[in-house]
Amino acid sequence: MTDFDITSKTIDGIGPHGAKIGLLRVLGPAHVWALGVGIVLVGEYMGWNFSVGKGGAFAALIACWFAGILYTCVAMIDSEVTSTVAAAGGQYTQAKHIVGPLMAFNVGLYLVFAYTMLEAANAITVGFLMDTVANMTGHEGLDQRPFIILAIMFLAWLNYRGVLATLTFSLVITAIAFSAIIILFLFTSPLLGSDVLQHQALMTDLPYGWLGVLAAMHFGLWYYLGIEGTTQAAEEVRSPARALPFGTLAGIMTLLIAATLTWYVCVGLMPWEYLGQAGVPLFDAARLSGSTFLMVLLGIGTLFATLASANGCINDASRAWFAMGRDHYLPSWFGAVHPKYRTPYRSIIFLVPIALVFALGAPLDQVITFSILSGLLEYTFMPINVIMFRKKWPLDTIKRGYEHPFHPIPAIVLLSLCGITYFAVFLGYGTQLVAMIAFYIVVSLWFHFRRYRFVRRAAQFTMPWPRPQGY
Amino acid sequence: MTKYTPPVQGKFGQIVDVIVLLVMTIGALYVPLWMGLAGSAHTSSVPENPTWESLGQNPVMVEKWNQLGYADPASAAELITARFDYSFSVGSLLMMIIVIVGYYAIILRFSENEYREVISEKFGGK
Repeated sequence: MTDFDITSKTIDGIGPHGAKIGLLRVLGPAHVWALGVGIVLVGEYMGWNFSVGKGGAFAALIACWFAGILYTCVAMIDSEVTSTVAAAGGQYTQAKHIVGPLMAFNVGLYLVFAYTMLEAANAITVGFLMDTVANMTGHEGLDQRPFIILAIMFLAWLNYRGVLATLTFSLVITAIAFSAIIILFLFTSPLLGSDVLQHQALMTDLPYGWLGVLAAMHFGLWYYLGIEGTTQAAEEVRSPARALPFGTLAGIMTLLIAATLTWYVCVGLMPWEYLGQAGVPLFDAARLSGSTFLMVLLGIGTLFATLASANGCINDASRAWFAMGRDHYLPSWFGAVHPKYRTPYRSIIFLVPIALVFALGAPLDQVITFSILSGLLEYTFMPINVIMFRKKWPLDTIKRGYEHPFHPIPAIVLLSLCGITYFAVFLGYGTQLVAMIAFYIVVSLWFHFRRYRFVRRAAQFTMPWPRPQGY
Repeated sequence: MTKYTPPVQGKFGQIVDVIVLLVMTIGALYVPLWMGLAGSAHTSSVPENPTWESLGQNPVMVEKWNQLGYADPASAAELITARFDYSFSVGSLLMMIIVIVGYYAIILRFSENEYREVISEKFGGK
């Protein structure tokens, strides 16, 4: 074993590039859990149900579990690498140290796009929920735009003011939103004597056959998309080696439970053709339960889940943008930390109008697809990343905060499931997939041939690690 | 290895780079929307004078549609009959595979060259 101990409390490898002002270290494992689950839980409140539309109710359940396996691999791999590369930027910083600058630039953009589009999707849902409630109370024709703008601006302001308040806010509203799903399940399931669920009458055979099961994997990712965002808090947690693996793995377990319960309740309450195209399926499920209490609770739950998710997305996207600015991958102006609030304030402000452009101008399923595609490209990078990590720094060269078991099986499983999901996206959204990758090719050429000249070479490597093997 | 000293980028250059990035970002996401290339391939075949039975809905399903605000079969027919079009050609599938694999091949190749330069400068030549 070498002296390069990332779990050390004195040398943690998180050198903020010699900056006099760094991000504030105030977060614990519960905040990491809240950041991960907070971003993702909205996936149970909206979006996952499009997988029902792509393959039917049973296909959505199969997709839910296979996507669960995919994300378990993501969480295992990510926990090992993150507990060692504990720095703002998450997977971007990992790629910079393990694969190379161009991969890092691409990963940084995957993160920013995945989270900013998810933030836009959340804001659209807030507007849609307000419109639904207005219609139910006899106020038809509500303008959704002020609610969309207000949600994004308020959360950006909260993020600007400080990370502790932001993630504490997320922790509280995420806990309420998660509890709402559990309460809905308990009140509608036969456990408490209720008979409102009618799976036998409402569930049908696979409408598209087994091809639909494959296709459902596309939106199956939405049950969990964003859990990997826990790594963005790496520079702001008190103990990265402990808090990041614990918070991430606890988060994926929470989501597996919530996703299965959500599916069970929703398919037992509405026809799959409606569910597959619904804007706020859990709220609809509560409406169909016949209980005003549940309807109000799930309305609040939907609102809180979308706000918590958008909140986490602003946090994560701005950290990735900030980290790229700090490394000069982007104009260095973005690499500034607020002198009082210690937040990446310029990155936070810059991403607000981009989120607004999409929240106000694009349909929900397409915004979600943009987010999923960026996430999928990121998950494809992860197995490559961890295989190279183990090869360049075997276990006896750097002490990890967490070592994931059965390597390389999780990496191979993850790569295989990513391949299946590409095919799933191809079924129905193939042009969008090719257009998105064409963009990444163009922007990569721009980075390699223009932008990279402004980047210091050795300064990119900030971890106190030994020389990688084979170099 | 000689240490690489990057040029200092002026404010104007930074602004230009931000604009380029913004245009590419918004373009990548909006151009497919404007060109009608984004979104799902859907088909829908609403029968004339649809009934709940002709739409394949049993009494429980009809009750749920009613609770959801769809009082008659005609109002729900488009939702019920909407289907994805999953037909595809082997050529388009191969094209997608080539684009994805080619993309990662380019990224990994360029990254490797850049990475060797970083390691060489950081740790010194072998």
